[in-house]
This record gives sequence, structure tokens and C-alpha cells, in this order.
Amino acid sequence: MSDRFERQRLVPEFGVEGQEKLRNSSVLVVGAGGLGSPILLYLAAMGVGKIGIVDGDQVAISNLNRQVLYGVNDVGKNKAEVTANFLRSQYPDCSISETVTFITSENVVDLIQHYDLVIDGSDNFPTRYLINDACVLLNKPLVFGAIFQHEGQVSVFNLGEDSCNYRDIFPNPPQADEVPNCSETGVIGVLPGIIGNLMAMEAVKVLTGFGSPLKNRVLFYQAKTASFYEVQIRPNLKVKQMIPKSLEELSRTDYELVCGGLPEVSWNDIPSQISSEAVLVDLREPEELPKLDQWNPVLIPFSKLEENCDLINEKNLIYFFCQSGVRSLKAVRLWQKDFPQKSVFSIRGGIQAITKIDEHGKTTNS
Amino acid sequence: MDQKIRIRTFGMIAEEIGQSELVLDQLDSTERLKEFLYSQFPKLQSMKFSIAVNQQLAQGDEKIPEGAEVALLPPFSGG
Repeated sequence: MSDRFERQRLVPEFGVEGQEKLRNSSVLVVGAGGLGSPILLYLAAMGVGKIGIVDGDQVAISNLNRQVLYGVNDVGKNKAEVTANFLRSQYPDCSISETVTFITSENVVDLIQHYDLVIDGSDNFPTRYLINDACVLLNKPLVFGAIFQHEGQVSVFNLGEDSCNYRDIFPNPPQADEVPNCSETGVIGVLPGIIGNLMAMEAVKVLTGFGSPLKNRVLFYQAKTASFYEVQIRPNLKVKQMIPKSLEELSRTDYELVCGGLPEVSWNDIPSQISSEAVLVDLREPEELPKLDQWNPVLIPFSKLEENCDLINEKNLIYFFCQSGVRSLKAVRLWQKDFPQKSVFSIRGGIQAITKIDEHGKTTNS
Repeated sequence: MDQKIRIRTFGMIAEEIGQSELVLDQLDSTERLKEFLYSQFPKLQSMKFSIAVNQQLAQGDEKIPEGAEVALLPPFSGG
């Protein structure tokens, strides 16, 4: 009987059985961007039964050299929505479900736990470490791929007891400003097509048992020389401790803080006379001590920050501090999202980083 | 005793070193290699990368056999 899967059923070792396994499989693809585009297109084309798409991002004109799911008419629309609608119209026999938010510590378990396999097509380290750690804790197979300009890396994690994960290759997250993303360094359009398709192939192999997946191996691809380089990896006992111990601990872990992607300064970076263009904001609740007795900070508890943002936004340069430097990082993140034109910094370590303020008004970091 | 090791570089490490391949006089451990690279390319000190010796990922300080091929592998974040 001729149908849309006839040609792959003919492949020895894949066959009717492989097709049936795909039909009964579910895959979650995190990120419908450069990697996600070919992954989602091919998994749907090949007949994976259930596909989940998570992406809170909108299509930008600069995505279109590589994110082949989208065209000029999609600019400004949510990626997960556009993709879900397109795949439903192309392949009505696939069940597609879209989630129009970014993956976070709070929603990651709910999002991935009901899928057979997760594919990481995200574009930043906090998300990559979050997905990795969640998949380790849930024993979920994870197809990993990442790109840089004209190079890529691919592997498959969590395929049983002796199977490696991302932290066995890169135990600690880099600081976000250490490794720029596509928007800063550029990327050759076809590169994510190559790496994404390698990832889609690995996903199909894991789901159907066809061939042997990239377990405990990482494959590097360099487009300039058209070369592949394979590296063997093995579980690293030391990295186990870097992964949260439980799903509960995972849900409380702030991966953006772990990856340190937000702008921080130390007390020594604050000039003794704050300019009229700048403001220092104490985010602590009134009962928190000690008070800062210089620089005249504006007192706005974190819990009342959003309703008081006008008070701060008269200034263009904003320094936030709190007791230990966590709330101030959250405030920085809020401002980056809602008021991206402002220069905002968190003071590292908060008030606890000040051990003494001497008579010249100079602080000493602990 | 004029053994050489061949270094393959990837991603931002290749960009920083300016070459995709280097040939160095034998260094006998990955820590010695790092010290040498840091002295020649100070910016590498603030960049994260893993090291593979003869296509096996090193964990901590590992011996570099004579004439080995060593790869400097940074993480990529792009997608």
C-alpha cells in the first residue's frame, strides 16, 4: 500500500516496525529556531506520532537566513504557534502541541515528563543546563546539538545507566558574556540545517532502535574544512554533585544566576558621588539591616518594585542592591525585559559584601 | 626527543588562537599544555573549554602521550 511513509519502510532494519515505533513516539523540541526548524520539519514528515514545541520567542527578520520554518509574513508572530499551525496543515496525522512560553525551572518538569525524548534546540546556556539537569533527574533521553558560526556539536545523553550527559563534557556553565550567541557572532544559514538534521536523525535512531546513536560520543562538525571530529566521553563522577539532587531542588535553581549572564558590579565600582543621571536602589524590606548610610539609596522593597518603577526610571543608570545579591539580579532581569534602554546593574553580594565603610566613604569587600 | 603534539582548535578557541591547528613541542600533561597556552594566549584564561587527548575527553589533569593529537573544545550555545 502506498502512503507517505512507503519509502522509509523499505529501508532494511527500519521497516514497518520502525515506522510503527515512530507513530507511537512522543518528542519535545525545545526551541523552534535554527536547529528546531529542520528537526521539527523532518520529525513530522517522518511520522513521529506526537510532537511538542516550546518556544516563547517571536520571529525576527534576522532569523530568516536559517530558520526555514518561517517567511517574511511570519515576522512578529510566535514561533511555536506558527510552526504548530504549519505542521498541522502539512501532516494532519501528527499530533502537535505548542507551548508559547520559554522553558523555566518552574515549568520544565511538567513540560518534558510525558515525552519519550527531548531535543535541545535552545540558544543559551541557562536553558541548556536546565534541560540537561531535568533530563538527568527524569532519566529522559536527550538529543543535544549546538552551533557557533560555522561549527557544530551533537551528542545523545541519558541512554541508560552508564550514559553521559552534557555536564560530562562541560561540567560548569560558562558566563553568558563569555560565549556569545548567534545574534552577536553570526551564523552561516545552512549550518543549523546540518546540525539540526544530525539531531533529528539521532532522535529517530533512539526512538526506533535503528543503528547506534551518539551515546558517550560527541560529534564536532567544522564547515570550513568539511570535517567531522569524534570525541569519546565517559561519565565523570565529580559532575554528579553539580546537578540538583531532586526535582524540587531543580525547580528552585535559578539557571540564569548559575550561568551569571546578568550585569553585576562590586561596591568599589560605585563612584563616591553618584551622578544626577544615576540612582542606587535598596530592594530590601524595611526591617532588613544594616542600613546603608551613604549614597542616599532610594528605598523600594522588591515586593513593591513594579508599582514604583516610575520613581527609578527618571534615571538612565540604575544600581540595584539587596541583602545578598539575589533580588537585585532578579530586578536587573525585569528591567532588561521591560526597560531595555536603561543601563542596570546588580551589586554583587548585596549589603553582605560590605564589611566596613571607612571614614572616606570607601567600602571594603568581604 | 623532538616529539611534537598536534593541537586542533574549535569555535572561539580557534578564533582566539587564530589557527585551526598548531604543532607544539611535546608537553606531558594537559595542565602543562594549559599553562603554555595561557602564556601564549592570555585570553584563553577567561574562556571555558574541555580537552580531548587522542579523541578521548580528559577529566582533570591527564597525561599527554608522545605525538598525541589534542583537541581544545569549547561549548557552543547557539541554536
